[in-house]
Amino acid sequence: MSKAGWIRLVVLAAFFGAVEALCRTGVISPKLVIAPTAMVEAMVKLLGSGELNPDIRQTLSSVGIAMGLSVTGGFALGCVLYWLPPLRRTVDPFLAAYYSLPHFAFYPLLIVIFGLGALPLIVLATLFAMVAMIMATLSGLDRIPRVLIKTARMQRLSLPAEIWHIRLPAAAPHLFSGLKLAVTYSFIGVIAGEFILSTSGLGHQIAYAYDNFDNRTMYGLILLVLCIATAFNLLVFAYERRLARQRGQ
Amino acid sequence: MNAVARLSNVSRIYPPRAGHAAVHALGPLSFELKAGEFFGVVGPSGCGKSTLLDVLAGLSAPSEGTVEFEGKPVAGTVPDGVGVVFQEDASFPWLTVEDNVAFGLRRLGTDPAEIRRRVDFAVGFMGLNDFRRAYPSQLSGGMRQRVCIARTLVLQPRLILLDEPFGALDQQTRLLMGDELLRLWRETSATVVLITHALDEANLLSDRIGVMSARPGRFIDVVETGWPRDRDSRLAERPDFGAVTSRLWSLLRTESMLALGQGAQAAE
Repeated sequence: MSKAGWIRLVVLAAFFGAVEALCRTGVISPKLVIAPTAMVEAMVKLLGSGELNPDIRQTLSSVGIAMGLSVTGGFALGCVLYWLPPLRRTVDPFLAAYYSLPHFAFYPLLIVIFGLGALPLIVLATLFAMVAMIMATLSGLDRIPRVLIKTARMQRLSLPAEIWHIRLPAAAPHLFSGLKLAVTYSFIGVIAGEFILSTSGLGHQIAYAYDNFDNRTMYGLILLVLCIATAFNLLVFAYERRLARQRGQ
Repeated sequence: MNAVARLSNVSRIYPPRAGHAAVHALGPLSFELKAGEFFGVVGPSGCGKSTLLDVLAGLSAPSEGTVEFEGKPVAGTVPDGVGVVFQEDASFPWLTVEDNVAFGLRRLGTDPAEIRRRVDFAVGFMGLNDFRRAYPSQLSGGMRQRVCIARTLVLQPRLILLDEPFGALDQQTRLLMGDELLRLWRETSATVVLITHALDEANLLSDRIGVMSARPGRFIDVVETGWPRDRDSRLAERPDFGAVTSRLWSLLRTESMLALGQGAQAAE
């Protein structure tokens, strides 16, 4: 591990050690925060009891579907906009201003349209995540060096071959940034949506524990969500590293 | 000797765009490329050298006139048998040196044993044997340009077009790459067109040198160097070498000043 990595580890360990000590000695009230070890204990117990399995399943499947839709849909829409410049010029201001909108304010509307359940959450998370993928696709396609396109013509490639063998690999690093954002935004969209108005799912369970002053369950669940999101990110990160190594970077 | 390529009254005019008038970049220009010759093109900056190459390669269609390669008209597509090496780095960063070089043959569906044979030859010829499994990001600019030349070479082009391929390289590397280019030309018997802004380089490498005017680019003269086919960078030591370079410069001096003026006008 690098020196910076060691320092990071020491700082994190010191932080959690301090919180642990302050909680155990009663300086921090358990009504506010419970000790980190108690959080881990609560999480393990929740997982072991199996009572949250339906919620975990629901949240993860919603996140998975939103990720799939936003990545494939965002990529497809990005390609369409790239090949239709007039359309792109028309929607460009909307795309640029998109993330200044409070998307979650529309959630009640989505419930009216799609009813209670997983569907409005998936729609919300997809709407939230897809535009990041659209923009990454556009910037990836925009930044393909012209000389590579000329090379494709020199090699007399057909358009499909040019797209598959030159344009896509050349745009891959940008597409990957879009994928990373879409993964994160899908998580945020689903869990935050469940928080606001839902009858099941991890977000709902956290909100429910909060409303009932059940700090153990609440912190256990927060930790669980953190672990799942971190695992996903590590997976994406490892894959990105592999891609970068393949390019000798 | 037979003509490999023929340009007849070729012009290239870029149509007006928002805020810009139409630009007459090239021609009218006519010339024949003899089979197996090394033809250099020099000219002031912005005179349409790269446009000439694009038109000759079929990467862009002429606004007027016709281009022929091996007797067949070239109309906006690159004909089989023409290879181009560009000034910018065109290596594929996602492929190893070996896969970069094999790229075109794989797309053509060439027999794997034949791909292997040709890639081995091209990689060895360009001195890339120790870097077969390296990625372009691990190579210097000169090495990457060799990868691009090797990638063109495996397709066994009969006409090789080089657009300032050494433009981004340092002087020593340029001289060595020039020698390699001469060797490649001798051993493949391909016809080579080299666009360059370096007069010494054009002089050393070429059998004939087309000297272009300021925009719209036309040949104001075609200089025959008369160098032996078997030559390398030591040619520069010959007493008559400097005379050819001087001749090129005297032809170009006024045109270059004219081009500078055009540049100043465009900047206003």
